[in-house]
Amino acid sequence: MIERSPVFDFLTYLAMAIGAFLVVIPFWITLVAGSQSLQEVSQVPISLMPSSHLWENLSAAWARADLGPKMLNSLIVAVGVTVGKITLASLSAFAIVFFNFRGRMISFWLIFITLMLPLEVRIVPTYAIAANALLPFQVILDTLGISWLVNAVSGIQVTLNWNLLNSYTGLILPLVATATGTFLYRQFFMTIPDELVEASKMDGARPIEFFFDVLLPLSRTNMLALATIMFVSSWNQYLWPLLITTDRANFGTVVMQLKALIPAQNGTPDWNVTMAGALIIMLPPLLVVAFMQRWFVRGLISRDK
Amino acid sequence: MERRAYYKNPMLPWLLLAPQLLLVLVFFYWPTSQALYWAFTLEQPWGGGNSWVWFDNFISIFRDREYWGTVLRSGLYAMVTTGLSMAIALTLAAFVDRSLKGTKFFQSIFVWPYAIAAPAAGVAFRFIFAPESGLIGSINQVWPGIWDPATNGWHALAMVIVCHAWLGIGYNFIFFLAALQMIPRSISEAGAMDGARPFRRMLDLQLPLIAPTAFFLLIMNIISSFTDSFGLIDTMTEGGPIGQTEVMVYKIYFDGFKGLDYSGAAAQSIILMLLVIGLTFVQFKWVERRVHYN
Repeated sequence: MIERSPVFDFLTYLAMAIGAFLVVIPFWITLVAGSQSLQEVSQVPISLMPSSHLWENLSAAWARADLGPKMLNSLIVAVGVTVGKITLASLSAFAIVFFNFRGRMISFWLIFITLMLPLEVRIVPTYAIAANALLPFQVILDTLGISWLVNAVSGIQVTLNWNLLNSYTGLILPLVATATGTFLYRQFFMTIPDELVEASKMDGARPIEFFFDVLLPLSRTNMLALATIMFVSSWNQYLWPLLITTDRANFGTVVMQLKALIPAQNGTPDWNVTMAGALIIMLPPLLVVAFMQRWFVRGLISRDK
Repeated sequence: MERRAYYKNPMLPWLLLAPQLLLVLVFFYWPTSQALYWAFTLEQPWGGGNSWVWFDNFISIFRDREYWGTVLRSGLYAMVTTGLSMAIALTLAAFVDRSLKGTKFFQSIFVWPYAIAAPAAGVAFRFIFAPESGLIGSINQVWPGIWDPATNGWHALAMVIVCHAWLGIGYNFIFFLAALQMIPRSISEAGAMDGARPFRRMLDLQLPLIAPTAFFLLIMNIISSFTDSFGLIDTMTEGGPIGQTEVMVYKIYFDGFKGLDYSGAAAQSIILMLLVIGLTFVQFKWVERRVHYN
């Protein structure tokens, strides 16, 4: 630090306090409104002090949006995406960085290009594939004449069908199929010195042993960062779950339920229940970010630069 | 990315890559090529498959005045959210970078918005801005009818933009702070010795040095404003009043899934994809010739 003038220090604290106010005020209002009674929340102007009805609003929201099973679904999806992504990303980055084989660059670019187009941009065709995830293979078999051959030889009609609508796989797999994690792992693996590979080769370690005994323990920080980023982003998914679950009762996630909590145009304006529900739904990722901050900040930055 | 020490094995790398490549094929390349196919074809009204129509879908989109309205609105939305969010985040990062006592506390708070789902923030901000509620709506007690996002399109758009900018503060803050902290202290000290005041140093030293990060964030924010806006608009306004908050992603969703016009929606998707790819490309070009200072 260079200047130590008390005026400038005061200015710094003032600016940070205003910033903290801007950031915290939506959380505060959510909490305050969620703790008030219907009458208190409808007052104009509203009181900015919490009241005593938080618990009953929370349970009202829990019941209205059926948050119990929805929480479980969200958790399954978030953990599924996180675990799936970490597994696939570390394996494929391992192959790309530590092996020399034909098609290495092509594989890298095939995976890397997916960073460019977020799911939202290609939502219509991705939705169509969810009705039958094996369609690409069916087309390949048909064009190669293999299905005709099988039909001629054995009389069996080859029809591949795997419907992903209303299933956890449908909620999880498309979110796993992007390059974020692969790229993060690649960046990290590139910093591993050649000597380490040579040493473990000399010790007679096979590639898989090198991966499990050397690379994975070294990349623990990396893994925590990726886990945080993936947990938050998959918990917060909205458009994709909205499309792929028509059976909301069984496969809906919590974020989808937010809209059901908003008071109807001509109904009771019970925003207190809405806000209590929003509070429940935003809490899990917020806790994860708050606790994992140190690691995930590092991961986020090394991922995108 | 060449290594001197590596493994050689004909099968193993493919086995390791197979799951990822399969997923990418099924959920990325196939749908994207499918979108291209749909964009150039039209489904026959009474079955019988798709017929090839060349650029008809695109022409009818470009002739649609409503679509141009959506494009202009998306542009405005992108510029204002990006500007607002980055300006706030940069200011906060610059002050946090002085690392006075107790800064860590503020630093951890500024990251919070990153964790919040866009629709959840949308619901909270909808209440904050609701004309009948007692927050911003209180102003209607003094001047009746001065604030009403339910009927005034500009009010509704402003409400969504403020919420989107708020959501971006956390992400932008993390990157700006990291970039500022990477600047060697000696440079700032040298500037101070030459008599440059903090604001002057910000303009002449720090801003040029963090330009690569700022440019990266600019592109990321614009892309996010195109893609992440769906959850906000769906929970806050549903595109209303009378389509005045409809942006490109929302129109794709609406035409494709509510209007069941797959060809039109696919053509719109292609346009949006080209836009996003173009932006990413500009970003890569910039990274190639960016300044190095470490």
